[in-house]
Amino acid sequence: MASDMAHLRGRTACIGAAAWGCGEQPGWSSLEIMGQNARLALADAGLTIADVDGVWAATAVHAMPSMSLAEHLGIVPKYSSGSNIGGSSFMSHVLDAAVHLEAGLIDVALIAYGSNQRTQGGFRSASEPVPFEAQYDVRLPINAYALAAARYMHEFGATREHLAEVAVAARGGAGHNPEAFTRDPITVDDVLGARMISDPLGKLDCCLVTDGGGALVMVRADRAADHAKPVYLLGAGMAHDHRMISEMPDLTTTCAVQAGQRAFAMAGLEPGDMNTVQLYDAFTINTILFLEDLGFCEKGEGKDFVGSGHIAPGGGLPVNTNGGGLSCVHPGMYGLFVLIEAIRQCRGAAPGLQIPDATVSLAHGNGGVLSSQVTTIWGTADAL
Amino acid sequence: MGPEAQFKQHLADGKFMILRSASTGAFVFYPRPFIPGTGEDDLEWVEAKGTGTVYSTTVNRRSPEKGGTFNVCLIDLDEGVRMLSRVVGMTPEDVSIGLKVRAKIEELNGEPAVVWEAA
Repeated sequence: MASDMAHLRGRTACIGAAAWGCGEQPGWSSLEIMGQNARLALADAGLTIADVDGVWAATAVHAMPSMSLAEHLGIVPKYSSGSNIGGSSFMSHVLDAAVHLEAGLIDVALIAYGSNQRTQGGFRSASEPVPFEAQYDVRLPINAYALAAARYMHEFGATREHLAEVAVAARGGAGHNPEAFTRDPITVDDVLGARMISDPLGKLDCCLVTDGGGALVMVRADRAADHAKPVYLLGAGMAHDHRMISEMPDLTTTCAVQAGQRAFAMAGLEPGDMNTVQLYDAFTINTILFLEDLGFCEKGEGKDFVGSGHIAPGGGLPVNTNGGGLSCVHPGMYGLFVLIEAIRQCRGAAPGLQIPDATVSLAHGNGGVLSSQVTTIWGTADAL
Repeated sequence: MGPEAQFKQHLADGKFMILRSASTGAFVFYPRPFIPGTGEDDLEWVEAKGTGTVYSTTVNRRSPEKGGTFNVCLIDLDEGVRMLSRVVGMTPEDVSIGLKVRAKIEELNGEPAVVWEAA
């Protein structure tokens, strides 16, 4: 069996999306937030709960989230999965859903997430204590990303100012987005002056801690054509090479290299074809590493690529147009929101900064400690 | 007893031991019952040289009430394997990438652990 999955290109599409309860949603449970998003995404798709026969969900608080969600919705799916590879789970769910739809196992796929972590006491990791690391009081995930940032700075002569440019650009996007949690402009000096948490990462190098949920509805392309604004899955690819940061072979190069190559190969496209680029920016170093690893610039050049407003609103490459996990929303797992922004851009329906005539958008997910990398590429009917 | 428990038992006996392939001489860390990637299981315990280099480092800015700042780092052992650990005996901020370090066994969170100090 060939590993080439090019036959999946454009065979499935997202026809419904929702992002509800973002920011603060006091008094709501994670499951209730997830369920509301499922219902809203289905309404957006012109479908009802009863139409769903495939369910994917991952959260930081449910052991069997797809069962909890299906029960909450009152449906009996033909297939469901709560596979969890961290924040990129939802990109892997998209690939799973495409395979299951294309194989005819299901007709309507629902992918959902919900979290009330902000109003319920703050960040909460779903991770078990990792062997051979936990004894050292390692603080995860931030220490792992700090170790990667420090190594990147050492190898390529980057500075905290380079990292800060990523946070400033993200905030620039958030400033246009009424759905973003933090919208006031910030400067490089603000980022450098923020409280240090794990050197070289200060508070503004880190993602937000918010509530929030989201959902996507996917169907086969033939059915999607009836919908007003289907956004087709053109490519997807994944890879992971470690679970613990001590097992990551090279802290300056992630498996986004392989994931991106697979997604671009399936889509038959190149980085230069992307109208918008949505990346999982849990920390400022992420954006630099992923732009390099996905091929938007060479290794070591990311530090300069993100400067001079190049990835900020009005710059040369629209990156994290919604404000990203750094400034828009980050309810524990951000991957689904990366997907939603890419899809909204292709629909011409971004809540904030809309890139004119965006027909192709990339949504890249990251999970664990730079561990799981899953790239997806979406496009309008014009991109098929 | 599996390799993780054996590693801890060696530490309790005052020895920093790592696994080596009898056929290829390649070292394996973290300890596991076979060589990752190939599955060969001709592994034997040998004493680590106890020398290495800081591959990357960070400082956890824990508040003084909770115990104060401390170092978290990745050490490349001279045997060619890497471990997450802590450099002790110096200001956490002064630990730098490339620093040559030497291992010692110290109690951490109630159990013996390999930590490192400037060589």
